[in-house]
Amino acid sequence: MITSRTRFAPPQRLLHWLMAVCILAMLFIGVGMVSTVHTKYLTLVSIHKPLGITILLLALIRLPLRFYYGAPALPADLPEPMKLAARLSHYIFYALMIAMPLLGWAMLSAAAYPVVLSGGVHLPSIAPVSPELHSLLWDAHRYLAFAFFALILVHLGAALFHRWIRRDGVFEAMAPVLQNSHGRSAGNSK
Amino acid sequence: MVQSGTKQAFPLKALVLIAVIVGTTALAFAFTAGWLSPHRLTPEKLVAALQTPGGPPLGHRRNHAKGICFTGDFEANGRGTELSTAQVFVRGQYPVIGRFNIAGTDPHASYADAPVRGLGLRIATPDGQEWRSAMIDAPIFAAPTPHAFYRFLIASGSKDPNAMREYVGAHPEILAFIDWVKGHPRTESWSEDRFNSLNTFVFSDASGAKHAVRWSFVPAAPAISLTPEELANRAPNFLEEDISHRVAAEPQRWDLVITVANPGDPTADPTKAWPEGRRTVNVGTLTVRQIEPEANGPCRDINYDPTVLPTGITTSDDPFPAARSAAYAVSYDSRTAESAQYPRTTAGADQ
Repeated sequence: MITSRTRFAPPQRLLHWLMAVCILAMLFIGVGMVSTVHTKYLTLVSIHKPLGITILLLALIRLPLRFYYGAPALPADLPEPMKLAARLSHYIFYALMIAMPLLGWAMLSAAAYPVVLSGGVHLPSIAPVSPELHSLLWDAHRYLAFAFFALILVHLGAALFHRWIRRDGVFEAMAPVLQNSHGRSAGNSK
Repeated sequence: MVQSGTKQAFPLKALVLIAVIVGTTALAFAFTAGWLSPHRLTPEKLVAALQTPGGPPLGHRRNHAKGICFTGDFEANGRGTELSTAQVFVRGQYPVIGRFNIAGTDPHASYADAPVRGLGLRIATPDGQEWRSAMIDAPIFAAPTPHAFYRFLIASGSKDPNAMREYVGAHPEILAFIDWVKGHPRTESWSEDRFNSLNTFVFSDASGAKHAVRWSFVPAAPAISLTPEELANRAPNFLEEDISHRVAAEPQRWDLVITVANPGDPTADPTKAWPEGRRTVNVGTLTVRQIEPEANGPCRDINYDPTVLPTGITTSDDPFPAARSAAYAVSYDSRTAESAQYPRTTAGADQ
């Protein structure tokens, strides 16, 4: 999976930033909608479901791209624990991107709710109706959402740490566009 | 943009900037979640305001906790298609899972003490859509907005005798509801009760025109009122016993009557009844064919969320369906987590 390229391939970068926007929006919508009885509750729920399915589909496109293109090698001088954390966080991100929409979908199925996307599009039920299962899935969906957001904060902090403090090209590997001299050359010159 | 010429300096500014960016993102999340807004009316607060001092009814619905399941069908006569494109109005027969209930948080309350009776319905159509509704027998609702309803619940539960007086002062419309609860004659059966949506919804017809509507299930059985003495002498479970006997003898029926608003009718406030003389359309008949105890019954695990609507029906500017949906979800999430506290009577027998 590790290649000699210094940046993620363009389709990988595109999906990363597209999904970053979707997932951040999704987490804010999720935590916001369960906090209110205002009519925007219904609006937020009606965005949450199709957006979740969109994220699932994008993740299912992105995963094979990761296998095909791989990821740029981490800087050789990066301490082992940070390398491990970087690799581990990627596994967890992929797991969450795929699991969270499925958990939400299964949770609605277990509660016997119709799973309606926008425009009256119905998804089939993917779990048996069961209060115990619903409760389990609901807890998982909720707590993993908080874990997801916490991981994004760490990811954001780490990306900026690479960008501004280590300046080792890791940020630039996923940057949508390269800016002046902050690229790989800056990291290599150390 | 960040000190690109000072590579060797201690990167304090960069560290601070990173902390600010990450911290601001976290703060925005906390704000969105309501953690920084203690006055936001969350669905949890609305549900908690329902509770009686004895604690929530574990494993049961947080309100309308006592009830009984039924199955049957809704037979549409086709006349509803002039108001809505929903398949449920196309002439035909559609399966129903419903629940007769009473308002209140005690699943062991006596039916004789019920202030309000209710009907939950789920009608399924072959296109895979569902229409869920939860109605009550009151002609008007208690409060004009979810926030007012919350304050009413808090005032009702308060030990301060002035709390209710203050609420009534701010919301005199509650008096009509209280008068109805205290004064309306109780019938001897759910099958003699009329159940009303109270909330306003919007039907969309094939031409795209929208109609603000409320609806009622109007009983076929004539209402026979009980005197207060007769009511007091009924067994605690008399409504369940009554409906079981009646349905065993013959199916029980209600007509679904849609009332269409005139321009200017109050659609956002369920404390305001619409004036007489509004256009009504009888769109079909609900037939209740079998009664089943709730513990093992098919309604047990259904959330009668009034915003589960088929294409052709949407919510209106009435703020209650959204608030009810949010609160019902909290109730459902709580009771499903406590399902062991409400055992099925003969495990698996009906599954």
